[in-house]
Amino acid sequence: MWEYTDKVKEHFLNPRNVGEVEDANAIAEVGSMACGDALKLTLKVDENGKITDAKFQTFGCASAIASASALTEMLKGKTMDEAEKITNQDIADYLGGLPKEKMHCSVLGRQALEEAIANYKGEPKKEQEGNIICECFGVTDLEIERAVRENSLATVEDVTNYTKAGGGCESCHQTIQEIINRVRAEGKPVTPPPLSNIQKIKMIEETIEREIRPSLRHDGGDIELIDVIGNRVLLATRGSCAICKASQQTLKNFVETKLRELVWPELVVEEVVQ
Amino acid sequence: MKTIYLDNNATTRVAPEVIEASLPYFHDLYGNPSSAHFFGGQVSRKMKVAREQIAALLGATPEEIIFTSCGTESDNTAIMSALVTEGGKRHIVTSRVEHPAIKSLCEHLSNQGYFVTEIPVDGEGNLDMERYEQSLAPDTAIVSLMWANNETGVLFPLEKAAEMAKERGILFHTDAVQAVGKIPIDMKKNTVDMLSLSGHKLHAPKGVGVLYVRKGTKFSPFLIGGHQEKGRRGGTENTAGIIALGKASELALLNMELENTRVKQLRDKLENEICSRIPKSRINGNRLNRLPNTTNISFEFVEGEAILLMMDEFGICASSGSACTSGSLQPSHVLRAMGVPFTMAHGSIRFSLSIYNTEKEIDFVIEKLPSIIEKLRNMCPYWKPEEQVCVGH
Repeated sequence: MWEYTDKVKEHFLNPRNVGEVEDANAIAEVGSMACGDALKLTLKVDENGKITDAKFQTFGCASAIASASALTEMLKGKTMDEAEKITNQDIADYLGGLPKEKMHCSVLGRQALEEAIANYKGEPKKEQEGNIICECFGVTDLEIERAVRENSLATVEDVTNYTKAGGGCESCHQTIQEIINRVRAEGKPVTPPPLSNIQKIKMIEETIEREIRPSLRHDGGDIELIDVIGNRVLLATRGSCAICKASQQTLKNFVETKLRELVWPELVVEEVVQ
Repeated sequence: MKTIYLDNNATTRVAPEVIEASLPYFHDLYGNPSSAHFFGGQVSRKMKVAREQIAALLGATPEEIIFTSCGTESDNTAIMSALVTEGGKRHIVTSRVEHPAIKSLCEHLSNQGYFVTEIPVDGEGNLDMERYEQSLAPDTAIVSLMWANNETGVLFPLEKAAEMAKERGILFHTDAVQAVGKIPIDMKKNTVDMLSLSGHKLHAPKGVGVLYVRKGTKFSPFLIGGHQEKGRRGGTENTAGIIALGKASELALLNMELENTRVKQLRDKLENEICSRIPKSRINGNRLNRLPNTTNISFEFVEGEAILLMMDEFGICASSGSACTSGSLQPSHVLRAMGVPFTMAHGSIRFSLSIYNTEKEIDFVIEKLPSIIEKLRNMCPYWKPEEQVCVGH
């Protein structure tokens, strides 16, 4: 059974604003019964652009009903400009959070809101934009990109939880991963900013002290930093490391990996006898 | 709030007599049955009795009973054994509606280079016997078909299917976890080679199962270790669990008639009343060829998890084949294999009864459920109350 917050349960058992606003001037219908959840949102917006009434109808599980109920409560009294800023995370937050597998319920709410706003503005119902990536649930690359960007998603599982994409036959998992990689690489510099020699040596010393030495000392060994020439880090082994046959491997697999990860990706560790 | 437990295909209450029989094997008689001393030996003797009780339930001999930890272990053992003993044969025949204990294992094996044929079922969950016959090949190492489906209760023509495998010299295993204790099973009257059962589905505790292996069947152990179970399953025995399962088997034999009369009547009342009171509801599965305790009903225009949670408010426990409860985003593979439309599969509820259910409980569910469905349907954007037709057949 899902771990729902008391607020989700309360909104599910006593949903607010069920039904259809009679003279609605902002209407949206998203999702489908075949996909497991569908939401119809109707709003009454006054001449000042303020939402005076909001109602919903939902086919779906407890969290879909609670998310729709929460959305209508959040919308009442807001202007359309304010409403436009509501994100799926806001809906989840209003409910004290949703299980991560159920985040797609909050995304459905946000989609309905966007469609209602477009409907109010008299924009024609949007044709499907982008290319369908997940055939099972009809999710496009643009929707996936957006969910990844707005919610800082990192894995295919995250994307499935938020958009349902990849939750069926799983044949699109590779493509979803590529989208995640692409979005997450956005805005990141290709290489980190260069370090001055002084900075580099200081960081290497700190990393050895903090991340490397404690593990080596645990086995009675140690290393000493002799010099740094460009990207070459010259180290001498001490204690049990000095007589250990595996010390070369330790230097390459452990010390070098750590230094590359935490200081500079091109560092090369070399052992010197001193 | 009183719990009304109608989820007995998930697990069952441990019978009070079973608890009583097994308790001494926790506190006083905790010896290891493999020990040489009398203290352990007396546990071994009691285990022998349990083995006989289980054999009696199945119409088997005690030597054909191997104790395991659960139904899944029994299923895995049967398949993996066949792949070893059948000299390099690489084909497995199973059905589309198996429990994950077989289904996921077969998917795993097909990724390892084995060939798996999943026999389809029709709209009522009946096995396609023609396709089954065609699938049996010289390279087939084993057939594994469930006796009774856990979601719909539909029974496969097991004896016939086993015979067809036998004629071709192919090993035949059945996952009978849901069938044992609910319908009479007599291994003397069929040609099934291996059969899995699980204790907690028949009022014994969780953590004990059985793999029946017919005398003379080639067998290769799955858990390799000590000499327990004559070297067929290593690992110290779950003595209290085994003794509990023995007692539960004895009770199951006694209660078999009750299961097929009173429990069946309560199930029939439940589904008939629900179907007549709630429009746009339908029974999933072959109504004439089913376990006596199970009914699977779909309610169009509502989603199963929402129904379950609203029933939970009244203490009513059941399950659903909806996507939201299946742990994935797609509804139950069983209902999909039967071609139940997604809109119906999302709104499916399984009620599974036991001898402990009373008519009062069933009446309570019949009273509460219609208003739950109505409340949810009134929230649904597609529900048109004027189009009310009962499609239960």
